Amino acid sequence: MEWTFIDTWIVLVGALSAAACALLGNYLVLRRMSMMGDAISHAVLPGLAIAFLITGSRDSLPMLVGAIIVGVVTTFMIQGIDRLSGLDRGASMGVVFTTLFAIGLILIRQAADHVDLDPSCVLYGAIELTPLDTVELFGQEIPQAAITSGLMLMVNLAFVIVFFKELKITSFDPALATTMGFNANVLHYILMTLVAATTIAAFESVGSILVIAMLIVPGAAAHLMTDRLGWMLIISVVFSVLSAFLGHLSAITIPTWFGFQDTSTAGMMALIAGLLFVVVFLFSPRYGVFSRMVNQFLLGLRIVGDDILGFLYRYHELAPANAAPVPVPEIQNALQTDIPVKVMIWNLRRTGLILRQNGGYTLTPSGKKAGKGLIRSHRLWESYLCNVMGYCNTDVHRHAHQFEHFTDTKLQEELSQVTGNPDYDPHNRKIPM
Amino acid sequence: MAHTRKTAGSKKNYTQAQAPLCVKDLTVAYHRKPVLWDIDLTLPEGQLIAVVGPNGAGKSTFIKSVLGLVPRASGAISIYGKSYESQRHLVGYVPQRESVDWDFPVNALDVVAMGLYRQIGWFRPVNKNHRKKALDSLEKVGMANYAYRQISQLSGGQQQRVFLARALAQDARLYFMDEPFAGVDAATERAIISLLKELKSVGKTCVVVHHDLQTVPTYFDHVVLLNMRLVDAGPVETVFNEENLKKTYGGRLTLLTHALNEYAKTPQFPSNTD
Ligand SMILES: Nc1ncnc2c1ncn2[C@@H]1O[C@H](COP(=O)(O)OP(=O)(O)OP(=O)(O)O)[C@@H](O)[C@H]1O
Ligand SMILES: [Mg+2]
Repeated sequence: MEWTFIDTWIVLVGALSAAACALLGNYLVLRRMSMMGDAISHAVLPGLAIAFLITGSRDSLPMLVGAIIVGVVTTFMIQGIDRLSGLDRGASMGVVFTTLFAIGLILIRQAADHVDLDPSCVLYGAIELTPLDTVELFGQEIPQAAITSGLMLMVNLAFVIVFFKELKITSFDPALATTMGFNANVLHYILMTLVAATTIAAFESVGSILVIAMLIVPGAAAHLMTDRLGWMLIISVVFSVLSAFLGHLSAITIPTWFGFQDTSTAGMMALIAGLLFVVVFLFSPRYGVFSRMVNQFLLGLRIVGDDILGFLYRYHELAPANAAPVPVPEIQNALQTDIPVKVMIWNLRRTGLILRQNGGYTLTPSGKKAGKGLIRSHRLWESYLCNVMGYCNTDVHRHAHQFEHFTDTKLQEELSQVTGNPDYDPHNRKIPM
Repeated sequence: MAHTRKTAGSKKNYTQAQAPLCVKDLTVAYHRKPVLWDIDLTLPEGQLIAVVGPNGAGKSTFIKSVLGLVPRASGAISIYGKSYESQRHLVGYVPQRESVDWDFPVNALDVVAMGLYRQIGWFRPVNKNHRKKALDSLEKVGMANYAYRQISQLSGGQQQRVFLARALAQDARLYFMDEPFAGVDAATERAIISLLKELKSVGKTCVVVHHDLQTVPTYFDHVVLLNMRLVDAGPVETVFNEENLKKTYGGRLTLLTHALNEYAKTPQFPSNTD
């Protein structure tokens, strides 16, 4: 594989288009209108075709105007059907966009008989060809598509920055926004118009599949990764640029590994976006499925570690001062687990809480302190549950055993106070200080 | 007592033209099906006003039509004698809690700052001063510690407090609150009611959709009984009676008699005597 300036342009066009889509897509995701991007990007097709049939050329401007008009009409139609029919929003969108899309396809077939306008090109775009269609700007040959999508990105960026506050409140609480004079409907229509315009700007070069993917996937992924709207916008853009770059890279490398020709770059960019989404879905720090599993697992280990300390403390409490160190199987037996105990013994030893002595383990002074804290929490909880809450049955031990792992010194203080600073727990065991 | 003074002062002295809310012949319909018929209503200034009625009575619709959120089929509404559009700055709104998406990527402080957006105006960003104000409002509802938490990580009662803090930030004269007591525990309920009393003590008017009939007499001064039509509206002492409630709830209510018995037992309302 050889990376040429052509590849750089392809990635740039892809990234600019993708970022322009992603910015607006955030608000589609947040307004639970992901389908709307789908709807509009399909529905603009007849707009393109009509503009084409009227002007007979593939000039960008008439096409853009035609598509924007149809995009806005679509928005109104969906809103109208939504209000009047009582159908749910998804259904209204489905009705509108499939109808318009069908009309668009028919018109395009019609048009294609006269000039070359290829229906499949509308779906997949022709991003590989964009570097060939250049204009001169500042003495530089720059692909037409890079300029169009760059301008669109600028417009969208200006929109989300200037209207940041207004978009936030109308997306979150349209009713309140409207009572304050920030008309939610007006912003809705501006947003939809921009979605339509962006779709067209990106259409010719990257095709509708990538447009739809980029309207939804980066926003959805960014939503999983952050709790702040500003960061969500930034992350979605980074995500879309990354998809464009990795997408093109894979399109020109991966197939050759298997002895095939390059594959569709736009398709690959969409696919990579999908794969990146899966990665985010699994690994995002807060909501990721995998991170949740890892956290659960680490918590489980921590509890085993606590239990080892507690067990050794109790053992030393009961045994004579010169008792032998406790061998591992005995600990494993007491805690009813095997490997986690081994792992945590290794870890506790590493952190200097326990010591290995003739085939067994004892607590170091700092280990003893930690163990004492746990036992204190445990027995305070038992006193609290039994003496204050009047809940004294056999379950008390089990509950106290769960709570002890989540009790810091401050909570300990409070517990001690409400239970009247007892010296002994309900089972008459000493509560260590 | 603030209560007595205010009622005494405002009971007869306001004219319709200056009333916080004056509604004439209001009819509202969804898809041509009227849900509010011919409502005529004038609300007094500086009082806590309950709007009660069964589910689907049109309480939320009433508030939304006053605020211009749903179109009215007929009728006129004035706020302090003028149209809503010219009096926006005097009006605060607390929507029903379920009406927003709590997974939205904002924290409690962001939500409260939204109360300041009208004051900040179009295009201008939220600055440090605004954030400070928002934090003060959160402080007033006891939520300052949760300012930077994403809002889905708050309990229902805490979310309700955030909404109230946002209303405080709006610094309005007339508040509309849709079921602020829904799904909150006793502590939050007490916090909310003391907040309402505080608003009242500085002369604000609060119109509150309320479902718990038992507490209407203790919490509110004025009551609007609504069930598609206006059943009655007036001071709690005079209109909150069994007959009116039967009309409102269609006699299907057994709790009602209990609530009224409870009410009869409470010796209070010194404002009766003036
Ligand atoms: N957007 C809407 N479209 C159609 N009908 C509606 C709409 N909103 C409310 N309604 C109908 O209008 C009537 C009044 O509804 P509203 O929400 O005002 O009642 P409510 O008194 O607030 O009830 P609740 O106590 O359950 O909140 C109901 O019959 C409801 O079905
Ligand atoms: Mg309601």
